[in-house]
Amino acid sequence: MSWDTFINMLPLLAEGALLTVELLLLSAMAGLILAVPLALARVSRTWWISIGPRTYIFFFRGTPLLVQLFLVYYGLGQFEAVRESFVWPVLREAYWCAAITFSLHTSAYISEILRGAIQAVPGGEIEAARAIGMRPHQVYARIILPRAFRMALPAYGNEIILMLKASALASTITLLDLTGMAKTISAKNYMPVETFITAGAFYLIITYALTHLIRFLEKHLHPDRKEPVVIVG
Amino acid sequence: MIDLHGFGALLLAGTMVTLQLALAALALGLILGLLGATAKLSELAPVRLLGNGYSTLVRGLPEFLVVLTFYFGATDALMGVASWFGYDEYIEVSAFAAGTTALGFIFGAYASELFRGAIIAIPPGQAEAARALGMTRRQTFSRITLPQVWRIALPGLGNLFMILMKDTALVSVVGLEELMRVTAFAVGRSKEPFTFYLTAAVIYLILTSIASYGLRRLEKRASLGVRELSA
Repeated sequence: MSWDTFINMLPLLAEGALLTVELLLLSAMAGLILAVPLALARVSRTWWISIGPRTYIFFFRGTPLLVQLFLVYYGLGQFEAVRESFVWPVLREAYWCAAITFSLHTSAYISEILRGAIQAVPGGEIEAARAIGMRPHQVYARIILPRAFRMALPAYGNEIILMLKASALASTITLLDLTGMAKTISAKNYMPVETFITAGAFYLIITYALTHLIRFLEKHLHPDRKEPVVIVG
Repeated sequence: MIDLHGFGALLLAGTMVTLQLALAALALGLILGLLGATAKLSELAPVRLLGNGYSTLVRGLPEFLVVLTFYFGATDALMGVASWFGYDEYIEVSAFAAGTTALGFIFGAYASELFRGAIIAIPPGQAEAARALGMTRRQTFSRITLPQVWRIALPGLGNLFMILMKDTALVSVVGLEELMRVTAFAVGRSKEPFTFYLTAAVIYLILTSIASYGLRRLEKRASLGVRELSA
């Protein structure tokens, strides 16, 4: 590969990387917001409350993301009711289809992470909160959820990295994300392998940056694990 | 009941290809995983570097990108080799071969970490005892270490296999006539994308459910000699 070909593809790949990160941030945040009620309903002991989230999680974890993406992007247009409704301008756009599918997909995984964390909150803390006289919703808002979020953070970080890699599928529905851009470039320079490897380097850089960001957040949210400040009087 | 417009047999044929792809990639991935783990635990620094580099790099890349690179890369590499021998016609690598290699390569990268963890989880005294009894290194590995590695790594390998089954859908993009590809064909003919993609989704759900049931059975079988402690 000549130096020129390499230099020429960099700005285009950077543009693709921007779309990848945008889709990722959007779905990581929307996924987290969706996952909280899902996880809360999932841990319920009443079966008709937990059956909904159970089915949702079973579906999204048991089928390939590609099928989910095609169901939303190609599938929904099958119904006249959808095509004539007010949501059609949104669902017609590949960008929003990708954002919506990724959010739904990742929310199923995040809610399982949250469920594990909620169930890992020590029983004594919940009993103590009740003994002080907190109501159930107060116990959740003040004790269980803050504790669960901190415990879930490392696994949430892993999920974001997995989602970064899964987001490459956006290129299958015409989007020019990092992978889509690499495909377009390789169709012009006839050097698919070199182009894909360069795109791979971009992914590795993003992964590296995300890992550090998450580690920073973890430290920030765990003040108890900070180095003790020695006060010399 | 949903109307499949006579594409049922086609979907079934695609499902069979999906299964073949998953099993072939699993076999390759297990071998690569064991090799990778052995490399990581090697006494030679360059070999360790190779093993660690393999899993770190591959685990940081999107599976889809790896599949694309293998598909186009295999064609390039084969044509390069062929041109040394004076053969300049266009050679196309079969999508099945490229897909199997790519998915096996990805599986191996993750599995090598699992195998490494499982190997170091076995008390070294056992291998020492086997050596003291006069077993060769290879005998020690196949009689003492490997059967236990299997038990320890099995739950993790099961998870990887479920991911692998879903990743087979990616190979449809390079033209393999597996479940996703035949579904797309049926969609093109019938103009009913939702019906067919949902059917494909249900087939994948059935496959992953069967696999998870089978894995639970395997795990039980592999841990027959282990006492289960309940709190």
